[in-house]
Amino acid sequence: MAKTIEEINGKIQSGKVVVFTAEEIIDVVQEKGIKQAVREVDVVTTGTFSPMCSSGAFFNIKQPKEKMKLGGGFATLNGVPAYAGLAAADIYVGATAIPDSDPRNSNGLPGKYRYGGAHVIEDLVAGKKVLLKGGGYGTDCYPLLTREQTIGLDDMNDAFLFNPRNCYQNYNVAVNLSDKPIYTYMGKLKPKLGNAYYCSAGQLSPLFNDPYFRTIGIGTRVFLSGAEGYVAWPGTQHNPNAPRLENGTPQIPAGTVALIGDMRQMTTEWLRAVTFRGYGVTLSVAVGVPIPIIDEDILRSVCVTDAQLKAPVVDYSEFYPTGQGEAKLGEVTYKELKSGSIHIKDQDVPTGSFSSYALARKVAHHLKQLIQEGDFLLTQFQAPLPGAAIGKGATE
Amino acid sequence: MKQMKLVFIFPENIVEEPVTYNLISEYGVRVNILRASIDPGKQGRMVVELSGEEIQISQGLNYLENVGVRVTPLGQNIQRLEDRCTSCTSCIPHCPTQALDVDRESWNVTFDPEKCIVCFSCLETCIYNAMSVEEQFA
Repeated sequence: MAKTIEEINGKIQSGKVVVFTAEEIIDVVQEKGIKQAVREVDVVTTGTFSPMCSSGAFFNIKQPKEKMKLGGGFATLNGVPAYAGLAAADIYVGATAIPDSDPRNSNGLPGKYRYGGAHVIEDLVAGKKVLLKGGGYGTDCYPLLTREQTIGLDDMNDAFLFNPRNCYQNYNVAVNLSDKPIYTYMGKLKPKLGNAYYCSAGQLSPLFNDPYFRTIGIGTRVFLSGAEGYVAWPGTQHNPNAPRLENGTPQIPAGTVALIGDMRQMTTEWLRAVTFRGYGVTLSVAVGVPIPIIDEDILRSVCVTDAQLKAPVVDYSEFYPTGQGEAKLGEVTYKELKSGSIHIKDQDVPTGSFSSYALARKVAHHLKQLIQEGDFLLTQFQAPLPGAAIGKGATE
Repeated sequence: MKQMKLVFIFPENIVEEPVTYNLISEYGVRVNILRASIDPGKQGRMVVELSGEEIQISQGLNYLENVGVRVTPLGQNIQRLEDRCTSCTSCIPHCPTQALDVDRESWNVTFDPEKCIVCFSCLETCIYNAMSVEEQFA
């Protein structure tokens, strides 16, 4: 018997909804069985908290009395360049932007990247003010040529995150086969398989729990760093045609979503600037996606465990940057990754993650609570994400 | 018998003084060097574990003070800022002594200053800037 989103929302509003996190549901289904659980459970919540480089914010800055056209001119916030190629008062600050004065990786030293676009975003969310410097070329309607002013979210008409790619469905496990340390977007990798980094919440990760995007689509309401956000579009590089395991989950980075949400509702508990030594600045965001349990198939999907999810091990000293050499050094489960050590090329390699499982869990629990208290209603998506044919694990 | 972990800071002018040898031979202190970076002509740092009778250690420490070695207790040097740490575990594979560790049930990262040898690996690898070092070593 299929359940509709309307029925589930009705239960949320009457306080009768039954919600579990994607971690809790595993035991629930084991105990009750699929048939009973599908009747009883309405929603399963997922969560992730991780650096997601393709993130940034749109701002519309209130005009001074004498107006100015930033469009076609320039704007910096605390020295971080913003994109100003829009209308007179709209700018976009990307998470990875850094000041022109940042030394970057100079003199053969890995840069420290102490401040960038993500820090501007975090500062604003924290309620701090940042220094806007703007320059325009002057028109009859926008005569002001320069502007220097500290501004906070109150000085803006609009401020929203618009992240072109979040929530990667699976990710590479990064290692270094070379004989020197390397500094990558997957962290500092010690030589000769000295360590391995992964970056996914595994069994709690949103798109791992709905591998064929049956319930997550354009218009799906999500939790985004404290705000009610939405899936705006398939994320950039969204690739549904990845090779898949029998349980439907992709074996390589596959689906992604573009997310949007109001910065004024966000808090720094759920949004943090991060710095990768030798690589740059980026932003960690919290995303929680509710999955409506509309039928047995989707319930089976959300029961996936770390032991049933696999990630490819990739050499970031040669194959990733140059495309040369061995493409895949192996495949490991998230259970192995979370044990603290994986076995690659006859070597035990210690693991670490950039995605916080502790916070992923917190996101899923928080979203569960919002739904139980009637503060978060589910949406029917308006259009599906480009999907893979169910049961046909396409090859790469 | 007393045991303690300390950091010795050598000003550049006494880097060539055989301080460790003197501590052992003159004062009978057992010195276990956990980490050292001493280059002629530069300030040096040494992380040590001392053990011996209380009187031996205090005389040894007096000697160090007299020759100009700054001594500070270890463990206060590196701090974990709990409000910055997200327990992501990126520090774990770089910590050589498991001073930084994670409980694989709760997934909370913990820091045990007793085990820390102040190697600074975590400062370089923590993407959230959650590990900080006290002023005097910065």
